[in-house]
Amino acid sequence: MMELDFSVVLSAEFRSWLIGGLVLSLQLTFITLLLALPLGIAVALMRLSSLAALRWLGFAFVEGIRNIPLLVHMLFWYFGATALLPEAARAWLYEHNAESVCAVIALTFYTAAYMAEDVRSGIRTIPATQTEAARALGLGAAETWRRIVLPQALRASVPPLVSQTVSLWKNTSIATVIGAAELMYQAQRVETASFRGVETFAVATLAYLSVSLIITALSIAYQRRYPVRPA
Amino acid sequence: MIDLLQNYWLYFLLGQYPEGPLGGLTLTILLSVSALLLASPVGLLLGLARVSQHRALRWPVTALIFVVRGSPLLMVIFWAYFFLPSVTGQQTDQFPTMLIALAIFNGAYLAEIVRAGIQALPRGQMESARALGLSYTTAMRRVILPQALRNSLPSLVNQLVTTIKETSLGYIIGLAEVSFIASQINIQVLTMPVQVYGVLALTYFVLCFGLSRIAYALERRLARRPISSGAPV
Amino acid sequence: MSELPIVEFRAVNKWYGRYHALVDVSETVQRGEVVVVCGPSGSGKSTFIRTINRLEPIDSGTILLDGRDIHRAVSDVDEFRSGIGFVFQQFNLFPHLNVLDNCMLAPMSVRKLGAAEAKDRVMTLLDRVGLAHKATAFPAELSGGQQQRVAIARALAMEPPLILFDEPTSALDPEMVGEVLTVIRDLAHRGMTLICVTHEMGFAREVADRILFMDHGAVLERATPSEFFRQPAHPRARQFLADIRSPFAPAMR
Repeated sequence: MMELDFSVVLSAEFRSWLIGGLVLSLQLTFITLLLALPLGIAVALMRLSSLAALRWLGFAFVEGIRNIPLLVHMLFWYFGATALLPEAARAWLYEHNAESVCAVIALTFYTAAYMAEDVRSGIRTIPATQTEAARALGLGAAETWRRIVLPQALRASVPPLVSQTVSLWKNTSIATVIGAAELMYQAQRVETASFRGVETFAVATLAYLSVSLIITALSIAYQRRYPVRPA
Repeated sequence: MIDLLQNYWLYFLLGQYPEGPLGGLTLTILLSVSALLLASPVGLLLGLARVSQHRALRWPVTALIFVVRGSPLLMVIFWAYFFLPSVTGQQTDQFPTMLIALAIFNGAYLAEIVRAGIQALPRGQMESARALGLSYTTAMRRVILPQALRNSLPSLVNQLVTTIKETSLGYIIGLAEVSFIASQINIQVLTMPVQVYGVLALTYFVLCFGLSRIAYALERRLARRPISSGAPV
Repeated sequence: MSELPIVEFRAVNKWYGRYHALVDVSETVQRGEVVVVCGPSGSGKSTFIRTINRLEPIDSGTILLDGRDIHRAVSDVDEFRSGIGFVFQQFNLFPHLNVLDNCMLAPMSVRKLGAAEAKDRVMTLLDRVGLAHKATAFPAELSGGQQQRVAIARALAMEPPLILFDEPTSALDPEMVGEVLTVIRDLAHRGMTLICVTHEMGFAREVADRILFMDHGAVLERATPSEFFRQPAHPRARQFLADIRSPFAPAMR
């Protein structure tokens, strides 16, 4: 069994690389979450709309995105979509973190597709009797949605959405293929420079596990404060 | 676009074969199926350990599953990449590395599917089997698992879809699966990235969407013939 | 001739957390006896019967089967259980196996019977409970009463000297209760040792050799049916019978 030496990996220079990577991973996660959640809710509503065209559009969005690996999404946005941009826009993009921008775009669409399904299943757990009761009281369709169904549905969707957030956090690691300098990228960089593979990846694994745990712990606290009260 | 397809379709499908190792879409499918075949017994054993009465078996397995599922797949691949050579004593190729990594990763997910399937059965099934004098092992083998696994069949097909998407990460360690091949084509052609990656995306879509429809049909068929165990509870 | 009792409880106690489920229970059941256990809800009668084949553990005391302590055994629990038939309230047939396979599984797997011999034995039993024509059907295709009769045949297939019934008709629609009780009565007339937890008092009066009345985990009265139904000794037993005979009386007061 080879000797483990963590001091090399945790030395000042390598440590700053890893921390920089961790920070970028967290930023990617946070920004994607802010964008993907509203998009996911919108797509979920589309799938439940009375207009067949909207329903089909929502279905196409979800199935089209979910059946393509995240890696391919990343490659497409970074190598494919950027080639379609006019010269000036492309130059500007490469000046301003093209890798992170493309990673966020790919992650947003991918995560939104999964979150749409979580929200949709949350909405479906609300029995039709809730809508009936609201309409019987004279509430309009939009108001019923907004005041009765959606608040309950969103609260019911929290557990799967949290699990999706943890998946998002882990998925940021794939941004390494397009050169985003997040945690996985930096871990590879440190490994190449220090030849200490086991220690480097042990530290990185610990970082991933810790953040996953924190997200899950926060959600448990949230659910205790705002419990799901079934109808 | 037509030229692109005409020139590269064979490379896309088979990689460098026969002038080199197998690659492309064929490798992707081969890797997915092999990984799932390998992951199934792993998942079954881990799932059984998760419901076992013996703490010495349950706790380490639960910890292992937690660590594997809490890590990005890419991390598991790198672990395999770095650990396998020291275990096998020789430099391990990309295909076996991906195979082992996928088997372990999917094994951990399948373990949870197995566990959920077992725990969804009414307690009376195990009780009546043991009351007849069947041993724990026989009861598991003849009564519990046949029911639990049959109910899990749609989940298994969905897991195959997930595995196919996961093989794309072989790109990062240079495995010549279909995403890597597509990138090689892109490097050669240079001027048509949208088309190249578009075809790649479409290929995955057709494969994965098709399989998930099969899973959906399976789920509907299973729901129509429900397994009802005894009196309504 | 003095014979070992087939079941003997000696000062058995059991707790569920702080709840005292079985209180110093000491009873014996002789070979060939038909014992009915009755009592109000939560009296511990289900717990009592489930400790006999160790579906529930006990906290103190001893339970002897033919003189052997089943709760101390470590490796031969399965062997003990194969000698005791148990019929559940919820039938618990195996839904993925047809009726024949349900009944043949244990004799072939535990007693190592050959397929032909097992099938012979099972078909005879299915005939006895009136379901030979349903041998290849699946549990989902049977009514509750039919499923319970198959469950009895399944228990009998192991040829146990003792059969336990845990409220065998409580989950059945009223019109199917009779067909199951008929089968159990037939077993009693054949001289099998039966311990039956039930609310069916008419059945108890007709078939039982002895009635045990339980309340709050303790056996409060042991009597023959004629004694019990005519003039029970214990006040709570009297209350129980009164409640059964005129269930609406408290509401009328």
